Amino acid sequence: MNDMVMKMESEHWFTVGRLSEIPRRGARQIILPRGPIAVFRTQNDKVYAIDDKCPHKGGPLSQGIVHDGSVTCPLHNWVIDLQSGSAMGTDQGCVRTYAVRTDENGLVSVSLAAPSE
Amino acid sequence: MSKKLVVIGNGMAPGRALERLLDQAPEAYEITIFNAEPRVNYDRIMLSPVLSGEKTYQDILIHDDAWYEKHGITLKKGCKVTAIDCAGKTVTGADGSVAAYDKLLIATGSAPFIIPVPGKDLEGVLAYRDLDDVEAMLAAAEKGGSAVVIGGGLLGLEAAAGLKERGMDVTVLHLMPTLMERQLDTAAGYLLERAIEARGIKVVTGANTHEIVGDGKVEAVRLDDGTEIPADIVVMAVGIRPNAGLAKEAGLEVNRGIVVDDAMQTSDPDIFAVGECVEHRGHCYGLVAPLYEMAKVVAERLLDKEAGYEGSVTSTRLKVTGIDLFSAGDFAEGKDREEIVLRDAAGGIYKRLVVRDDKLIGIVLYGDTRDGAWFFQLMKDETPIGEMRETLIFGQNYAGGSPLDPTAAVAALPDDAEICGCNGVCKSSIVGAITEHGLTSIDGVRARTKASASCGSCTGLVEQLMSLTLGEGFTPGAVQPMCGCTDLGHDDVRRLIVAKELKSIPAVMQELEWKTSCGCAKCRPALNFYLIADWPGEYQDDYQSRFINERVHANIQKDGTYSVVPRMWGGMTSSAELRAIADVVDKFGIPTVKVTGGQRIDLLGVPKENLPAVWADLNAAGMVSGHAYAKGLRTVKTCVGTDWCRFGTQDSTGLGVKLEKMLWGSWTPHKVKLAVSGCPRNCAEATCKDIGVVCVDSGYEIHVGGAAGMHVKGTELLCTVPTEEEALEYCAAITQLYREQGRYLERIYKWMDRVGLDAIREQVVEDEARRTALFEKFLYSQRFAQRDPWAERVAGTDSHEFTPLNRIAAREAAE
Repeated sequence: MNDMVMKMESEHWFTVGRLSEIPRRGARQIILPRGPIAVFRTQNDKVYAIDDKCPHKGGPLSQGIVHDGSVTCPLHNWVIDLQSGSAMGTDQGCVRTYAVRTDENGLVSVSLAAPSE
Repeated sequence: MSKKLVVIGNGMAPGRALERLLDQAPEAYEITIFNAEPRVNYDRIMLSPVLSGEKTYQDILIHDDAWYEKHGITLKKGCKVTAIDCAGKTVTGADGSVAAYDKLLIATGSAPFIIPVPGKDLEGVLAYRDLDDVEAMLAAAEKGGSAVVIGGGLLGLEAAAGLKERGMDVTVLHLMPTLMERQLDTAAGYLLERAIEARGIKVVTGANTHEIVGDGKVEAVRLDDGTEIPADIVVMAVGIRPNAGLAKEAGLEVNRGIVVDDAMQTSDPDIFAVGECVEHRGHCYGLVAPLYEMAKVVAERLLDKEAGYEGSVTSTRLKVTGIDLFSAGDFAEGKDREEIVLRDAAGGIYKRLVVRDDKLIGIVLYGDTRDGAWFFQLMKDETPIGEMRETLIFGQNYAGGSPLDPTAAVAALPDDAEICGCNGVCKSSIVGAITEHGLTSIDGVRARTKASASCGSCTGLVEQLMSLTLGEGFTPGAVQPMCGCTDLGHDDVRRLIVAKELKSIPAVMQELEWKTSCGCAKCRPALNFYLIADWPGEYQDDYQSRFINERVHANIQKDGTYSVVPRMWGGMTSSAELRAIADVVDKFGIPTVKVTGGQRIDLLGVPKENLPAVWADLNAAGMVSGHAYAKGLRTVKTCVGTDWCRFGTQDSTGLGVKLEKMLWGSWTPHKVKLAVSGCPRNCAEATCKDIGVVCVDSGYEIHVGGAAGMHVKGTELLCTVPTEEEALEYCAAITQLYREQGRYLERIYKWMDRVGLDAIREQVVEDEARRTALFEKFLYSQRFAQRDPWAERVAGTDSHEFTPLNRIAAREAAE
């Protein structure tokens, strides 16, 4: 089981849905065997994917308010930068990020391989 | 003898390539051009001025017949190429002619994308691509009538402006919430929409075309929501697709467009391609600047010279007279990016620069685009901007100067703008009083004009007016800004929303000169509430600006599950309701059932996906959302009153139910809890609620400003009223006053501490007309607010909230 998950994470781009299915300034969850990741769409249609787990107390970031390129966690208002996954302001912590791409047909894929830079 | 060059297509890109080729080596090739259009080369960018009547076809010719003759070019007008034979090196025209080539240049351009809706083939449905389209539009415009333009991008807006100029009634339909969303951010999109509407063009955003209606000929456009818009012509301007079919049939490599390398060579080394039909490094271009850059490279390569195309940084300008708009580069957000935003509300100017690693990477200019070219050059050259960063946004000519004026928004208000809502005092009366009576203090202004003398929420604005009028002689008190996105406080923002009639979040951010492009988690929910409270029935709730609880109508818990609290009117329930609740608990395996302090039942630990199903079952038993999650009315707690209690003086339960039926669904600055006690023994604990009613023999005591949360505070007695009707009216009036004056996340007791019990008494108790007005305003806004959010979601509203976008199983992942 673990091996299978490892394999998936080292090799695959997964098509997860259409850009239009994610609300602007919002997010949707992708459920993986080891927990959800959150795919965000900003006002300007930039798409980001990060673990759906706030580094503070594990809050579901997909449920937060999205503003510019960041999200505010619904549990205790930590603000997470969507591109780097790190907490902004004086809070310290980082959440794992994933590379995302949108093709010309509006299909969104997430790389479950190594974290994006 | 010279080699043979065949060109397919006669647009601007091959035109430019040939010019450069002929300049350098007029004799190198014997040239044949196949042109599907029956014309010479003209400037397609100028179609909009032709449509609007500012230019004629003659004005926009690039190469006339004489030019082709002079250079010995064979131009086959109106002759489409039907096939390319790469092996035999020939092309075949529609007229059967075959032309041999040594080198072939494909420049087939692009085709307009026609959305596949019923009715798309009706007479009167046009694209906006070439002179034929423009001529068809002009013919239609001569007869007058209405036009619908589908697509609120660059082309669509230019078409709309042209048709309006020609006297048609024009409506623009745009799928997205703001115009030109690919080039503009929301603030600039808002300004653009306003400017377009100011020309008498109707704009419908979020409009999904369902069908084009008509019998043989266009009659109307029907949207998904059933709206029908009459139309004599429909112009589709939703985008373009590279014309790559011919190349594909010939066996060349084609993706979205014809794939070329940096030499503009296709997968066949003797075939080049240029213009909108190509795909270079994954990009297709639809603007003229990159096409010209490609043309240059093609010309060099045809002469076997070194040249490479490395892709283009593009900029966009809207060619509608009187609207200045420029955008370029990438203006998405990100931690590594910083933005510099300048908003001048009075001048209708918005500028946004995006900076990364000390370099300009994105530009949006609206209203004043004079520096567009300069910014664009800085961006293309990747000039470090460190030195000029402070003043960069002011443009090329700026050298030093004073910082932005914080009073700009107030200065821009018209003289008759109402500053003090309580006493109806307008800007000119305040300014007049200051000048006439030489007032120098806020108390002086209060005494003379009554402005800021009641609730005080306009104090900040009055002080800014004093600064404006008195100059540096007056120092206003410090105002706590709403958040880092603005220097204005909550009260100032609220007053300005009303005074300037701002009815959307982008409008507020633009007109009040917000410093960020998209607000933050503090200001967006606050603005959303203010707009709902101030413009009931008009303002469109901004779903993404609400906290998760108010989006999914349940309370998020520490583990990410939700709690569900059905309403129990006045704390009353029945065996049927309790049975339904018990069934829901069993059916969905809900782990915790808890009786709340507000006399109802809390079901805790419900996963988000289950919420609609849980609600459906509760709805079926007649229960609705208890809004236990809302900045709005929560509960009305009651005792049993005269029904059962031997001390009860009035029907407290009945009044509680009536209050809850009147108040439910309303949005307020913070949560609101009520209670009604049947006698002064106060079993419902009414004197620690936001609003409490204590029944006495002579009637009903109305109490306000209690709290039993972080602070415990007893209420203050506001007044006593003799009848139940009055008790209801007073409670609604208090709630409305709080909705109008309370700052977002300020509980009633804090609001009362700030404005004073006397100010509330003055408006709710002593001023009957004011009370009646408040009561009526409240009832009016309730007409739009009283909808059970659970039932709406069971019926399918916001269904995306309750399902993951996708699930990836371990098994699937391993395949």
